[in-house]
Amino acid sequence: MTIAAAELIDVRKQRGPGFALEVPRLEIRPGEIVCILGPTGAGKSTLLSLLAAAATPDDGEVRVGGQPLRGDRTPVELRRTVATTYQRPLMLSGSVRRNVEFGLRLRGEAPATHAGAVLGRLGLLSLAKRTAATLSGGEMQLAAIARALVLRPALLLLDEPTASLDAARVGLVEDAIRQSVSDAGMAVVWTTHNLFQARRVADRVALLLDGRLIEVAETDSFFHRPEDPRTAAFVEGRFIY
Amino acid sequence: MQASELWDIVACSLFVSGTAVAISAVVGVPLGVVLGLAKFPGRGAILAVVQTGMALPPVVVGLAIYLLLSRGGPLGAWGWLFTPRAMILAQVILSLPFIVGIIVHAIESLPTELPGQIRALGATTRQLHWTLVGEARAGVLLAIATAFSRSISEVGAVLLVGGNIKGHTRVLTTAIILETSQGAFGFAIGLGVVLLAIALAANLVMIRWLRRTPR
Repeated sequence: MTIAAAELIDVRKQRGPGFALEVPRLEIRPGEIVCILGPTGAGKSTLLSLLAAAATPDDGEVRVGGQPLRGDRTPVELRRTVATTYQRPLMLSGSVRRNVEFGLRLRGEAPATHAGAVLGRLGLLSLAKRTAATLSGGEMQLAAIARALVLRPALLLLDEPTASLDAARVGLVEDAIRQSVSDAGMAVVWTTHNLFQARRVADRVALLLDGRLIEVAETDSFFHRPEDPRTAAFVEGRFIY
Repeated sequence: MQASELWDIVACSLFVSGTAVAISAVVGVPLGVVLGLAKFPGRGAILAVVQTGMALPPVVVGLAIYLLLSRGGPLGAWGWLFTPRAMILAQVILSLPFIVGIIVHAIESLPTELPGQIRALGATTRQLHWTLVGEARAGVLLAIATAFSRSISEVGAVLLVGGNIKGHTRVLTTAIILETSQGAFGFAIGLGVVLLAIALAANLVMIRWLRRTPR
C-alpha cells in the first residue's frame, strides 16, 4: 500500500471567532498535483499552514509521509520533507542564488548543480547574482518557487504562487512544477483563485467554502460532473457565498 | 609616564572592555533574539527591566559590586576586588542591557512572517536564530558598538572596583582622572585622544563588517 504524501483526518482549526476550517478527510497522493479552489477567506492558507506544521489543528490529525505533524514540535527531519511558498514571499539578504540555495545550506548540502537548472527553468539565471531585495514582486515570487523546488521536497505547498506573475511567467512556473513532479515524484498542494489554472495543472481539485471542504474530485469530474451543487455553481462562476 | 606604561594602560582598557563586551555578546545576543521572538506572560516586565538597565548609573553598579566583592562581602572569598575580573564583571552588567535591548528591537523590526518562512525552508531553531541575527546584523552590530563605546569610556565603576592600580587595573579613563588630578592636563588630553581613536577604530571596523553583504 502506498503511503499518502499527506493526510488530514477529522481536522478542525479555529481561526478567529467566526471561522473554523473543517476537513473530515483529505489525502494527497505522491506524484499528484491537487489544486485547492475557493474564495478569499475560505481557509486555503489555513489548510496549507496545517500541512506545513506552521499551525496545529484543534482537533484531528495531520500526517505527512504517514507521520503525524506536531506544529512547532514537529521533528526537523519531517519538516524538511515539506517546502512552502507564500503569497508574499520574503527574501533574505544577499543574492538571488544565495536565497535559492539557502535551504540546501540549512541541510548541510553543497549547493547542487540542479540549483542552476531550477534557476534556468524559471528564467532566473540572469538574475542569480542580483541582490534579492531589489527584485520586483513577481521576480521574488519566482525566486521563492525556485527556493522551494531546489529542495526536492516530498510535499510542495504553493500558496497562490502565480498571483503576481504575467502570463508568460505563469506558464514557466506551471511547466517547472510539472517537470519537478515528474522528475522527483513530489506531491503538490496548490491554492489558486484561477479556475483555468486548476484545469491546466491539477490531477485533482478540491473546493473550500467558508472553511468546509465541499468536494474533492479528479479534475475532469470536478469541472464537468461535479457532485455538489455548490461546486457546479462555483465552476460556472455563479454567486454562491 | 613611559611609553611602556601607556601601552599597559591601552592594553588593559582593550582587554577589560573587549572581554566584557564579548561576554555580554555571547549572553546577550541569544537572549535578545529569544526575547525578540517569544511571546509569553511577563515579557513586558522583562523588557522594562532591560530598558531600565540601560540607565544604570555606573557608580551605583560599581558600589554594589564593591560591596559584593569586598573582604566582608558575600563574594569576598573570590578575591576579585581590585582586579581586572571585577572591572569586567562591572562592565558586563553595564553593557548587557544595551546588547539585549537593542537586539530585541532589531528582531522585532524584521517582518513578522520572516521566522515562519525561514522555518519552512527547514531551519532548526538554532539555524533560525542565527539567520535572524544575520538579517538583523545592523542592529546586532549597533548593539555591540554601543556596548563597547559605553565600556571603554566608563570610569565610575572601574575606578571603584579596579582601584586604578598602576600596571594592573589602570585603564585609559582612570588614568585620565589621575593625570587631571595631578595637573598633567596635556597628558590627560593625550590619553583622551587615544581613547577616542580606539572608539573610532572599533566603530569603523564594525561599519566595514556591516557593509559586507552575504553573497
